Amino acid sequence: MFDDFLLRALLAGFGVALAAAPIGCFVVWRRMAYFGDATAHAAILGVALSLAFGLPVFTGAVAVALLMALTVSSLSGRGYSMDTLLGVLAHSSLAFGLVAVSFLQDVRIDLMAYLFGDILAVTTGDLGVIWGGALGVVGLLVWRWQALLTTTLNPDLACASGLDPRREQLVLTLALALVVAVAIKVVGVLLIAALLLVPAAAARPFAATPERMALLAALVAMAAVAAGLGVSFYHDTPAGPSIVCAAAVLFAFSSLWRSVRNAA
Amino acid sequence: MSLISVTNLSVRLGAATVLSAVDFTIERGEIVTIVGPNGSGKSTFLRCLIGALVPSTGQISRAPGLRIGYVPQKLAIDPTLPLTVGRFLSLPRRRKPSDVAAALDQAGVPHLEPRQMADLSGGQFQRVLLARALLENPDILILDEATQGLDQAGSAAFYHQIEMVRRTYGCAVLMVSHELHVVMAASDRVVCLNGHVCCQGTPELVASAPEYRALFGTGTKGALALYRHEHNHSHEAEGCTDPSHSHSHSHAHSNAPAHIHRQDEGQNV
Repeated sequence: MFDDFLLRALLAGFGVALAAAPIGCFVVWRRMAYFGDATAHAAILGVALSLAFGLPVFTGAVAVALLMALTVSSLSGRGYSMDTLLGVLAHSSLAFGLVAVSFLQDVRIDLMAYLFGDILAVTTGDLGVIWGGALGVVGLLVWRWQALLTTTLNPDLACASGLDPRREQLVLTLALALVVAVAIKVVGVLLIAALLLVPAAAARPFAATPERMALLAALVAMAAVAAGLGVSFYHDTPAGPSIVCAAAVLFAFSSLWRSVRNAA
Repeated sequence: MSLISVTNLSVRLGAATVLSAVDFTIERGEIVTIVGPNGSGKSTFLRCLIGALVPSTGQISRAPGLRIGYVPQKLAIDPTLPLTVGRFLSLPRRRKPSDVAAALDQAGVPHLEPRQMADLSGGQFQRVLLARALLENPDILILDEATQGLDQAGSAAFYHQIEMVRRTYGCAVLMVSHELHVVMAASDRVVCLNGHVCCQGTPELVASAPEYRALFGTGTKGALALYRHEHNHSHEAEGCTDPSHSHSHSHAHSNAPAHIHRQDEGQNV
């Protein structure tokens, strides 16, 4: 019953889930949801640019996502209202990306594949890129974990302990850009934020420490990938959105369990 | 050499000059309190000392390998971040459970490790922050209005804990506070800050300085009176062969008639 393409899709999804879950936890803890959105939406511009210049899509997406994330980081704390700024940047970069794609007349591209993902078309080469990126992100996070957590709690506390909060912010920004780039193929730029936020939020009620929350979030994300792909396979639904739907259902159960526990 | 020495420090944030031409040193084992009205640049100054803010001009030199135990004014932990006390104390450096237990004991809140940070009371929370600072085995404890949100008894108990800790660790203490009466009595030196150093010296000297009185004299008679009361007590303690700070502290707060008496005396000065 299991075809090769389905196995590849499953592996690709697991790779992205593994990297997105811990980064998603930081996005939730630091209230960076819109920041994740802006970075993800900027990636479509990166896709268009790399197709225009004949570069690998991954490279262009990482570069532009990183550029966007750095722009937002450097603009924050300079008197701009953050939610307005991010709203402007997120949607205008998406719009510029879509317009840029329309100029590529000699390249036939399936826009939907980049907006909503095309996980069932993952090749072995894609798998290499996805797992390489994912392991890179996980390695980066494990290495900087203690420093990142301290900076998330309070930047001044980190300073007093001899850490540089700006450097940790940069690490997080880089990791986020990498996750966005590897997740495009799986869920597309429009739904990446969901893959970051929903598993982390679903894991929260069951976790007593940050590490357990990150681990649980990864498990939730993997379960969502498996369930979403299953539904997609048997009912012919779009795979990326099905994965996000499965994660949302898990989140709903988690919230329900929390309110039952709090009421008891 | 001094633990921290600051020369001609100025900080501009945007168009506003928050601090100008501040000179400051703190020696090993010294207790220094910084007082000043809201917006006087107290927190900005501390943030420069811990390296969170780069001054516009001037120099800050820290003793080589200086270990800072920093207790922030407030620590807002996002409710989405699950964090036990034990885990919090292991940030950013991993600590042995026995060290964590000892630090919590020193800070006066033993056995809190499994509790969630979000479930602590205000007093417990501040003491956990203190325990975390102690785990750095600090040369200097820096406290930024650490008792905000505690009632008077709570903050008096907290400062008492600080004094005990200092006796155990022998570290210097630099604190910023509004609560002049509790803090000043325990200080070796007081620095009155209002964008610049208005005056500094022993608590007695600063309390009688015209610059200090111009800032605090009118609206805070109660606080000044309380301070003078404490100050008298510490003189009594000096006369004893075995001065017990803890005794003079609790006494000072429970003895209401003496308080009124001293207040009258204070007005005669």
